Amino acid sequence: MSRFSKTVVAALLAGCALGAHALDRYPGLGRVATAEEVKAWDIDVRPDFVGLPKGSGSVDDGADIFENKCASCHGSFGESNEVFTPLVGGTTKEDVQTGRVKALVTGSFPQRTTFMKVPTISTLFDYIQRAMPWTAPKSLKPDEVYAVLAYLLNLAEVVPADFVLSDQNIRDVQNLMPNRNGMSTDHGMWPGRGMGNGGKPDVKNVACMKDCKTEVKLTSSLPEYAQDAHGNLADQNRLVGGVRGKQTVAPAEGDEKAIAGQPSTNAIATALATEKGCMACHGVANKIVGPSYQDVAAKYKGQDGAEARLVAKVKSGGQGVWGAIPMPAQSHVKDEEISKLVQWILSGAKAQ
Amino acid sequence: MALQDERPGRLRRAPENFLTQEDIQAVQAGRRSFMRNAFVAASAAMGAPMLARAASGDSAIMNLPPWSTSLGQPVAARPYGLPSKYESNLVRRESPGLTRVGGSSVSFAPLQGLFGIITPSGLHFERHHQGWHDVDPGKHRLMINGLVKTQAIFTMDDLLRLPGVSRIHFIECGANTGMEWGNVAVPTVQYSHGMLSCSEFTGVPLRDLLEQCGADFKKGRYVLAEGADGSSMTRTIPMELIESGEVMVAYGQNGEMLRPENGYPLRLIVPGVQGVSWVKWLRRIEVGDKPWGAKDEAVHYVDLMPDGTHRQYSSIQEAKSVITSPSGGQILLAKGFYNITGLAWSGRGKIKQVDVSTDGGINWRRARLESPVLSKALTRFNIDWVWDGKPVILQSRAMDETGYVQPSYGQLRAVRGTKSIYHNNAIQSWKINESGEVGNVQVL
Ligand code: HEC
Ligand code: HEC
Repeated sequence: MSRFSKTVVAALLAGCALGAHALDRYPGLGRVATAEEVKAWDIDVRPDFVGLPKGSGSVDDGADIFENKCASCHGSFGESNEVFTPLVGGTTKEDVQTGRVKALVTGSFPQRTTFMKVPTISTLFDYIQRAMPWTAPKSLKPDEVYAVLAYLLNLAEVVPADFVLSDQNIRDVQNLMPNRNGMSTDHGMWPGRGMGNGGKPDVKNVACMKDCKTEVKLTSSLPEYAQDAHGNLADQNRLVGGVRGKQTVAPAEGDEKAIAGQPSTNAIATALATEKGCMACHGVANKIVGPSYQDVAAKYKGQDGAEARLVAKVKSGGQGVWGAIPMPAQSHVKDEEISKLVQWILSGAKAQ
Repeated sequence: MALQDERPGRLRRAPENFLTQEDIQAVQAGRRSFMRNAFVAASAAMGAPMLARAASGDSAIMNLPPWSTSLGQPVAARPYGLPSKYESNLVRRESPGLTRVGGSSVSFAPLQGLFGIITPSGLHFERHHQGWHDVDPGKHRLMINGLVKTQAIFTMDDLLRLPGVSRIHFIECGANTGMEWGNVAVPTVQYSHGMLSCSEFTGVPLRDLLEQCGADFKKGRYVLAEGADGSSMTRTIPMELIESGEVMVAYGQNGEMLRPENGYPLRLIVPGVQGVSWVKWLRRIEVGDKPWGAKDEAVHYVDLMPDGTHRQYSSIQEAKSVITSPSGGQILLAKGFYNITGLAWSGRGKIKQVDVSTDGGINWRRARLESPVLSKALTRFNIDWVWDGKPVILQSRAMDETGYVQPSYGQLRAVRGTKSIYHNNAIQSWKINESGEVGNVQVL
């Protein structure tokens, strides 16, 4: 067969498989996706479990995977508030029965954890599969997703400790989700006909123009202690015009910004740490994967040679000083930038 | 300060511009008191008639500045232009304590200093769930699958060849003003309303792409949009919005390509709908017959009501407005004339009317709407005002073309309580005290 006729046959076959329509409204634009390509990207799982991959995983396996791949951010029991709101907590055995989380009415739990809100188990499967672990998304195999999900369900007292979650029994577990009956689409804020009340607003006001009320009830204003929580407002407003920003923080000694209109050394260092990815693992005041910068500064305060040692450590990575989790070598960062960052960290990692 | 005092009827100017080194030091020691003193001086001076200008005159006039007496920079000294160094105060900022890690956080646009309706691309607010990337456009693909005759792949080459349209739309995060549901929590309009931006977007109507693939518009009443980043953010969009032609697959923003932080090279534009649906780094569109219940429509972006239920799939941004200046954290420099200026918008169409009150909502005056007034875009409003030095409470109230009027805090809370987090569109109040300081307050 000549090359030409091969192409024609292929095109005819493709045409048969796909029906008459073949990207003909704009000729030449776009191409047919192969089945493998669609499979590689179409990983979503719907509440009716369309898209759910086959597989299974036990609570036990899930506990191991969670400890290794999730606990550094979410805590060993999904309870941590360090990096994100806790995953587990605030639900009861009674909620599992009613499908309504009582703490959402009573406000008896300080946080709104994931399990207090999520109505559909598919949501968690879909999300963990596509996005977690946060720093290595899409690295879990389906069985691993089943396992960590089984572990989380066990922590939330939805399934027993010997449970194995699978594509076969996930529908049954759906019927135990603590907040499965907690959602409503009876509102006017869905811009389509398939759900909601057709767009009718729930809150009404009228455009009254004169003597609209007899008194002005002032219910809240910014407390004095919160005045400087957002930094110096004078530095957040234009330098000309009818208004200026309020001075809420006394300018620091040697802060050149107020005079030259240039960002300060601290601001530059903050931006650099963000750009180089340091802030993914370190908070200024809070531990994430690595120690907080303020803890680092406190530890090495007044120590000779600390700067040089830390520069070398950041460059080549290492573990054991703050725990078992290693810091990867930060070889993508230039030497002088590492020096700058370490100096800034040792000086207390101030933002401005 | 000698020269300053020779300018009768004027306030001593802002320290950065006209002060000597000594003055700057004085200011640095505590400008709050400086501002108060300045205000007292100004008030005293205002009563006096205009005096003859002292012989020496304004130093900004008498002493020629360097820019009048030397050679400036050549063309293309900065191949990509930047704002003046004197504008460096107006930048995106995070609200401390709001989130714990920068990769899953928000930066707010400095609304207090912006003009007109277009947000400069570099000041567009940011919300990322798993950090941002600078995606290689040569390797970016858009897949369309699901209920379509031909599942297809489009490259950026393909998309840029299709007929493009340009439209101006606002984008507002569903959680904008979310920190203020129960009480005042933040000092300025940047933090209270700054998850709001407006750009001219250029791209291809999603309807055209779905037609190119032979979408089943009868069965496929829902569309899933998915991003290419780590979070691969997904959201469900109703087919009605796509059929209207409004939903766009955009590559352009304010005349250039999208910024990486805003989804370069491709993002979905869903006019009138909260920002989370405007999926960035858009890699896939799936046509389906049911909504997907994604993480950001089943765990977040659900509105908690007083009875403990959550509203799911609440998406439209209802009419809202805010005075951007004078606004919280600012200080009025003197009594006299001010232009009260602000922004109004509605996810249901055009803004029809904005009213402004200076007495906390007892009496209202109609503000001027500046053109253009576009559907699902920010609308700039202005109104003349003379401040007499007495305490006032400023408010603005928007009405859209459907007749919906922006509610007060009292009205909103009566229906939705204070725990919703999302979709707070209550009337904002700014209180100005005798010293000219503007504070964030809430009025029922
Ligand atoms: C490096 C830190 C980190 C690690 C490791 C990590 N996560 Fe997360 N996780 C996050 C952050 C941050 C978010 C919030 C993301 C966002 O804002 O969308 C999150 C969100 C989640 C959520 C959704 C919670 C909600 O209420 O929205 C689940 C479920 C979750 N993670 C499970 C896991 C599992 C399972 C693992 C291990 C396989 C894991 N995470 C590993 C940081 C991490
Ligand atoms: C993937 C996570 C991660 C990233 C990214 C990261 N670090 Fe670390 N860092 C860690 C961990 C974990 C430790 C604790 C190591 C130990 O216990 O010895 C650490 C420790 C440190 C220390 C203290 C070292 C000591 O011996 O006390 C400094 C300083 C530091 N990091 C700076 C940086 C800087 C600067 C960057 C960015 C260029 C950075 N880190 C990026 C995880 C990280």
